[in-house]
Amino acid sequence: MASSREIKRRIRSVKNVAQITRAMEMVAASKMRRAQRNVLAARPYADRMRDLIGELTVRVVGSAKKGSLLEKRSQVRRVGLIVVTPDRGLCGSLIANVVRRATRFILDQRAMGREVDVFTYGKKGRDFIVRAGYPLAGEMVKIGDAPKIEDILGVAIQAVKGFESGRYDELYIVYSEYINTLVQRATIKQLAPVEAPAPASGARADFTYEPSQEEVLTEVLPRYVESQIYQAILESIASFYSAQMVAMRNATKSAKDLVKELTLTFNKARQAAITKEVSEIASGAAALAE
Amino acid sequence: MPMHLEIVTAEKVVLSEEVDQINAPTRDGRIGVLPRHEPLMTILKPGEMTIIKNGERIPFAVSGGFMEILSNRVVILADTVERADEIDEARAERARALAEERLKNAQTDRDIAMAEVKLRKEVVRLQVAQMKNIRRQ
Repeated sequence: MASSREIKRRIRSVKNVAQITRAMEMVAASKMRRAQRNVLAARPYADRMRDLIGELTVRVVGSAKKGSLLEKRSQVRRVGLIVVTPDRGLCGSLIANVVRRATRFILDQRAMGREVDVFTYGKKGRDFIVRAGYPLAGEMVKIGDAPKIEDILGVAIQAVKGFESGRYDELYIVYSEYINTLVQRATIKQLAPVEAPAPASGARADFTYEPSQEEVLTEVLPRYVESQIYQAILESIASFYSAQMVAMRNATKSAKDLVKELTLTFNKARQAAITKEVSEIASGAAALAE
Repeated sequence: MPMHLEIVTAEKVVLSEEVDQINAPTRDGRIGVLPRHEPLMTILKPGEMTIIKNGERIPFAVSGGFMEILSNRVVILADTVERADEIDEARAERARALAEERLKNAQTDRDIAMAEVKLRKEVVRLQVAQMKNIRRQ
């Protein structure tokens, strides 16, 4: 059995770990709440854009023309995949899940004879793609806790232009969808061609469009795709902090359990030492008495 | 009778209140919107947008987007928007110079795209900040 002094030292170090993980849990919890608010705040814009596209695709004849983000191509040779991960770890299985989903997608696409170019948001995803040797077409790291849309547009525009120019025939995004504090799901979504939603019902038939319906549609489509990418990034941030919060809570609990166990061992060792000492004294006294 | 104006960006709902008039730069020229305007959907171009509310003019710098008018409800979907009186002219000038510098040095497609977006925004901010100063004199 380890000496009681050694056990004492271990107890102290495990207690320190618990303190740190507890602090990280609380930081993650507060950042998670802010990230959740950001996700919700970004929704009205994306919703309105979607409605607009729904209305316009019905009105504009031949809206899925060549180079438009609505164009469905008969032959898909190359697709673009945007992978969104956090910059840092300590968030349980979140990164592994996203990376696994991305890998499966790439392999599936290749099995269909399509090539895949990857864009990444976040350091972890970038590192993985580079290590795995998949072609990396664009990347952004250091996204921060609350990016503005203009901060993240670089890669997004690159991907969107890649579709418009015909380099990519389809665009996808894989990210960690925020479902609730305990559940985040690695999800894959098609960005382009844009699936036009059914137009919202209601009396909006008498709108005048300036300069024209077609031009408005042309302007709306890339912004819609960009806002979807932005939304995915915000959701990933919220997912990251809730996963980190849960991971840190588990770590704190494990550390506390360990402290309990070590304290028990320590007490046993102490008791054994006392028993030994007492019996030594007793046998010494007995020897003297003889 | 006032109308309801909502300014929405990709990040959040920036403003949601009753206003009397809106002057906005559209692709086909500046337009003024009063209550009971005909339903209209139009593209905004970068420039100065003003809201008039209780006789007070509130200028904004907008870098593009859409304006949707439905009788007494106006929704502006802006790329970026900022209250003009919150723009510091000297800082805006520095930001513009920095954006220009970045565009010159940009190597990759991503950097060029980023720098263009930034520059366009900074140019408008600066213009609006300067307009505001001229009006004050």
